[in-house]
Amino acid sequence: MKVTAMDIYKLLPKTNCGDCGEASCMAFATKLSEKETDLKLCTPLDPEGMEKLEKKLAPAVREVTIGKGDKQVIIGGDEVLYRYELTYYNPTALVIDVHDELEESELEERINIIENTEFERTGELLTLDAIAVRNKSGDSQKFIKTVSRLKNSIYPLILCTLDPDNMKAALEVVGDERPLIYAATENNLEEMGQLAQDYQCPVALFVPGDLEKMKQLSHSLRSQGIKDIVLDPGTFVGDGIGDTLDNFVMIRRLAVEEKDEDFRFPIMGIPALMRLGSKEDPVTKSIKEATVAATMLNKYADILVFNGTDIWELIPVLTLRQGLFTDPRKPQAVDAGLYEFGEVTEDSPVLLTTNFALTYYTVEGDLKSGKANTYLLVLDTEGRAVDVSLAGGQLNGKSVADLIKETDIENKVNHKKMVIPGLAAPVSGEIEDDSGWEVAVGPRDSSAVPDYLLEKL
Amino acid sequence: MDKMTQLLKLLENTKSIEINDFRMDFDELELQLMPAVQQVVQQAVQTRKAASEVLPMEDFKPPIQEYPGKVAEVQLGKGSRKPVYLGGQQALYRFEEAQPNAPVVTFDVFDIPMPGLPRPIREHFSDVMDHPGEWAKKAVKEFGANMVTIHLIGTGPKVMDKTPREAANDIEEVLQAVDVPLVIGASGDPVKDPLVLEKAAEAAQGERCLLASANLDLDYQKVAQAAVNNDHAVLSWSITDVNMQKTLNRYLLKEGLTQNDIVMDPTTCALGYGIEFSIDIMTRTRLAALKGDKDLQMPMSSGTTNAWGSREAWMKKEEWGPTDYRGPIWEIFTGLTMMLNGVDIFMMLHPTSVKLLREIGETFVKDYMTTDLPDISDWITQLEG
Repeated sequence: MKVTAMDIYKLLPKTNCGDCGEASCMAFATKLSEKETDLKLCTPLDPEGMEKLEKKLAPAVREVTIGKGDKQVIIGGDEVLYRYELTYYNPTALVIDVHDELEESELEERINIIENTEFERTGELLTLDAIAVRNKSGDSQKFIKTVSRLKNSIYPLILCTLDPDNMKAALEVVGDERPLIYAATENNLEEMGQLAQDYQCPVALFVPGDLEKMKQLSHSLRSQGIKDIVLDPGTFVGDGIGDTLDNFVMIRRLAVEEKDEDFRFPIMGIPALMRLGSKEDPVTKSIKEATVAATMLNKYADILVFNGTDIWELIPVLTLRQGLFTDPRKPQAVDAGLYEFGEVTEDSPVLLTTNFALTYYTVEGDLKSGKANTYLLVLDTEGRAVDVSLAGGQLNGKSVADLIKETDIENKVNHKKMVIPGLAAPVSGEIEDDSGWEVAVGPRDSSAVPDYLLEKL
Repeated sequence: MDKMTQLLKLLENTKSIEINDFRMDFDELELQLMPAVQQVVQQAVQTRKAASEVLPMEDFKPPIQEYPGKVAEVQLGKGSRKPVYLGGQQALYRFEEAQPNAPVVTFDVFDIPMPGLPRPIREHFSDVMDHPGEWAKKAVKEFGANMVTIHLIGTGPKVMDKTPREAANDIEEVLQAVDVPLVIGASGDPVKDPLVLEKAAEAAQGERCLLASANLDLDYQKVAQAAVNNDHAVLSWSITDVNMQKTLNRYLLKEGLTQNDIVMDPTTCALGYGIEFSIDIMTRTRLAALKGDKDLQMPMSSGTTNAWGSREAWMKKEEWGPTDYRGPIWEIFTGLTMMLNGVDIFMMLHPTSVKLLREIGETFVKDYMTTDLPDISDWITQLEG
């Protein structure tokens, strides 16, 4: 349940001092309820009031920061079980592992791949978020050596060893950068908890396949005064994927619906475990690892560790994450107006589409890949697709006529002919009447547009 | 405290106890272990004067909910078909109650050779694409299809303009070739589709196929009547709109169909092309069903094949890697996401995608924590690569 601005206002000092940058305490309260400002900006608030408000404003799932400064990623922060109820916060952090038995050249190559993995889609550059360093050797010197190299990485780190001495050794190197300690278990709980406290780092709690025990251990960590915890209930694959899912869902439901303090933390999944003992070919392994990741992404994973680095494995993962974490409350729109593709002249054709982001970027992709030379009029339909805006009335003769005037397209081309999307056929006459332009009904799918332009014009 | 610490240390180093016959003793020790750890920890904290109060803790209780409604069960396949059942869920998740029927995959087969199919699919079926019967047989025999969807694309006025009678012949060919239930799809022409489906339904009388589809843009009454008269079920297709789905379902129920004769297709937007809209619609639809909305209690279907329209699935682009892998993975992601949000039946194209989707789907009918789970506690050191 989201807190209201009034609930928050009641606990504010009501001085209207303006230190926070807002005109009044009520305005500040409103911004706080929308998560658009920071409580710490309220200077007159006493520590007790601060604590009360922090608690009130705390999301169902605690936000945990891994890393520091410009090398950090925030995970958790969710308020709801289903994205349509509000939105999901803080996209799942995508992490790739390295280990301390790699040859130097292998390590360098792997770091290079991880740091350079990127994929652009719908105007957004999608990248990874962190690197997990595994103490595969069990040897502290090797671990330190690899961790020292990773200190220069552009990404925050996850330190993976169950040996508290080796963890301490690594923390001496990078402990000031807030790496995630992976992991506290039932066997090392006290020591890892102590390290998390000493170095002020978040700590992952790894309790495979036993939520009851996880609750007890999480409670112990909390009793120790530790606030930043990440829960790894175990990633079981194959026939075990059902249990993995059940555990993830139960944790999140306990956090959101029951406000169970021991489970109000981000959840960690390790799709890399798909490769543990697997004898399948490399391609199958990568496909399956991505599949496990997709399962957990859909059901509440806040951070995922991969072993595979193939771009074709990561592109679908990055794309799914982008979709899941799109805010359903905001229309997905691009700026309306006139766009140019290729080399345009006064003879160039003029196309029409809507400003729904998916529609626009699909058309854009098609025009670019088809190497079309054309103008594209993008109509403000409040972020609606062609068929939807047709039904909703945003796409009509008058709105298109207005767009023609606003963009001054009549002074850029020597003709008055426009190609509209096939789905917009019902308003072609209306557009002709209101704008005085000649309208041709184009293909239903924009992938056919470049060929259409070559053939028809 | 020292004794406890010693005991804990002792336990750490005596893993063999686990498999001894002293199971009861070990359980007792295990029970004492946790409070002991807490105690140790809490005392340590107290000495540091931090967070000294003992936090209250309640017992772990699985968050199981009660649902007033349930999803209707739809049987497909009768007569000479092996039946397949869809839906029947009484809960949202497995840990609440395992679902009675595993998700089902139906392989896409076409009545024409479909040169436009992506290469990774054509390479599996190119030898049988001239004969829908052979195509269907291969999907069942070699790739274990639960069902087959025969798309009568050739009836499209702009495709081959096959007559409804010719379409009925294709249906007969496929019925002869395989004994799995069929989904019968038309060409997407709102005027001709009802006529095609009517003839196809007659040809498959008593075999309980799923007629795809009825929607608000065509004569859904004719489609519904074809189902009622020949004992088939109907796919009720709406476009990412829960209210439109509800309206259409109501109309179909008025035509004499029951909840057990309807499967809903709320539209699957592919990964990267609006999949989040489909997630929201599927989630809301299934939650409404379990809350008791009788107009939305039918099983759901996904046109997962839509994934192949995504350029990431088929477009040649070196920096994205081979399309041989991208295509199947795009289809898996699209289908899997729908499955995790309640979908019961999947129309798919690629054998690898089908296999992986089914592997995960089959765990949905098992009870929580009844599978042998491997020991993953040492994955940090054991994982190669």
